[in-house]
Amino acid sequence: MEAVVEETVRSALERSLADTFRERRSPRDPEWLVEIRRDAMERLTEIGFPTMRQEEWKYTNVAPILKTAFVSAPEEGPRRVEEPREGTQLVFINGRHAPDLSSTPRDGVQVGSLRHLLTAEPELARPHLARIARDGNAFAAANAAFLEDGAFVRIPKGAAVPEPIHLVFLSEPVFGPTMSHIRNLIVSEPGSQASVVETYIGTAGELYFTNAVTEVALGDGAILDHYKLERESTSAYHVATMEVLQERDSRLTSHSMTFGGALVRNDLNVRLAAEGADCTLNGLFVGSGNQHLDNHTLIDHAKPHGTSRELYKGIMDGKSRGVFHGKIIVRPDAQKTDAMQTNKNLLLSREALVNSTPALEIFADDVKCRHGSTIGQLDAGALFYLRSRGIGEREARDLLVYAFASDVSSRIRIAPLRALVEEHLGLRLPGGGA
Amino acid sequence: MALLEIENLHANVAGNEILRGVDLTVDSGEVHAIMGPNGSGKSTLAHVLAGRPGYEVTQGRVLYKGQDLLAMAPEIRAREGIFLAFQYPVEIPGVSNVYFLKNALNAIRKHRGLSELDAFDFLSLVKEKAKLVEIDEELVKRPVNEGFSGGEKKRNEIFQMAILDPTLAVLDETDSGLDIDALRIVASGVNSLRSPDRAMIVVTHYQRLLNYIIPDFLHVLVEGRIVREGGKELALELEEKGYAWLEKEPPLPAVPAR
Repeated sequence: MEAVVEETVRSALERSLADTFRERRSPRDPEWLVEIRRDAMERLTEIGFPTMRQEEWKYTNVAPILKTAFVSAPEEGPRRVEEPREGTQLVFINGRHAPDLSSTPRDGVQVGSLRHLLTAEPELARPHLARIARDGNAFAAANAAFLEDGAFVRIPKGAAVPEPIHLVFLSEPVFGPTMSHIRNLIVSEPGSQASVVETYIGTAGELYFTNAVTEVALGDGAILDHYKLERESTSAYHVATMEVLQERDSRLTSHSMTFGGALVRNDLNVRLAAEGADCTLNGLFVGSGNQHLDNHTLIDHAKPHGTSRELYKGIMDGKSRGVFHGKIIVRPDAQKTDAMQTNKNLLLSREALVNSTPALEIFADDVKCRHGSTIGQLDAGALFYLRSRGIGEREARDLLVYAFASDVSSRIRIAPLRALVEEHLGLRLPGGGA
Repeated sequence: MALLEIENLHANVAGNEILRGVDLTVDSGEVHAIMGPNGSGKSTLAHVLAGRPGYEVTQGRVLYKGQDLLAMAPEIRAREGIFLAFQYPVEIPGVSNVYFLKNALNAIRKHRGLSELDAFDFLSLVKEKAKLVEIDEELVKRPVNEGFSGGEKKRNEIFQMAILDPTLAVLDETDSGLDIDALRIVASGVNSLRSPDRAMIVVTHYQRLLNYIIPDFLHVLVEGRIVREGGKELALELEEKGYAWLEKEPPLPAVPAR
């Protein structure tokens, strides 16, 4: 009888990560940070990258990402100075802060690179870093193991920031496939109010891998509008986790807009950790060609009187595939929870596909929870109605796609961003917004 | 040459033959009413003229301004001046009426070699036509038909017709589901759009509408064929006797095009 020898075959990415981890030197970092990285690397080794046999990854095969020996980008000198856009803007290239492309933050708001913070004021990061995002998946663990740079945003107690804070993550691979383990920390202190926009973008057609984690802490009564605009190259891989911890009466509005990337996985986990917390999650994912766009959300109602509103819409064309998995947990303590989740999907071709799985886990008995999910095609009656008025078939289709997405896109409160999203929706009609 | 010449038109919907040889000639300036019992093919005829996909013409031909209408895509028919007022107007959330209509009107104008209307000129046209068909301007700015009452939807159809200024308007059961006040408003809107340059085909199940929109000609459609034709007095006869007495009638012989 032949013995079956189980051998762990490590992927190109795993080998590259292990080598890089072994060789890295960061002598000036505080011991607690070194510990975070070490624990994360151990966790990554222990759990390994997910396979489709795991429930959470049932529809998403990460093998293409693992096949490439991505490397972190080398340090670069100062770059050309460009005119920064209005408001505060922080730019990262291949995961590294580009100070010359960034603009000065407004008074009273702290916006800078996490790397700088970890050198200058590490104690500001310590209470939150890797504490909001714990026990994440293998990608989040890899991110923590290589935690080095990203954006740090702190809105001080009671401050209201009118202008949006822009965080731009640009990938420009120069020496082959680059990976960026971007780590962001947003701290909204009690009673503060702000808007933060994360934009992920890269050189068209290039292969690279963005592995981002954003941790968000909302203090008592804090209000945050968070936008994530994903416009990566259609050859790129993008895996991102956003972990939010909400304190009493805080309010989060999240807008996740996914357009680019060959393979995209978004995990958005929100914990309503104190009474009266309120979150609204808006999502739009628009795929074509062979794109694979996966959105996993988890809303964890831990305390009473929490409200959550979730609306995700998918528009899939070509041979693209969309995934929506939305879980809502209502814990025994979370009485009077009011949760509503909706996922609607539009398939524009015969070969496009969407898997939609809502999941409610309710352990309290006095709650209001509703969820619904639909998958459909363009309404032939509506298409004919528009054409019968003289509008061409292609424009009519565009208009109906626009209309389908409008209840998500119209919630974007930053006008230029809304215009950009409408452009991505392929609105080709003359005369602008509908 | 007549504006519209329908000859021996046969059409199937979902494999069932609905129109079984319709002949009809319409000239500019005329208002034709088409009446008939449920399932007689009235709405099918209206949709075939507008080019609804899934309505399959199996025989016969339709000439519009001397051209083969059936060869044209729905949007080309609209740009050439055909307008269908829907029995069940479609709701399009997220797209305002004015945006939709401005694009439609400009597509039509472009097709005719006219310059596109700018926002200012378009809005003054909206104001003028809204007044004409007695529709609330606020309604016009709302998303297309979303949350409109039945009467508001029908009024919006007539408003669209006023803006797009068609050469041939086909009104498909515009009166269905309207109370008498709404009916009066819709009919007066339609009457205000009667013109020597425009023909109308008014499809209805009930004689009631024809008290307000007086047709020049009336055709009775039964089982996919026109079985009787006459003037407005025929409507009164139908009101009195119903359709049953006509169901045994043989189809009228085809009338050569005028």
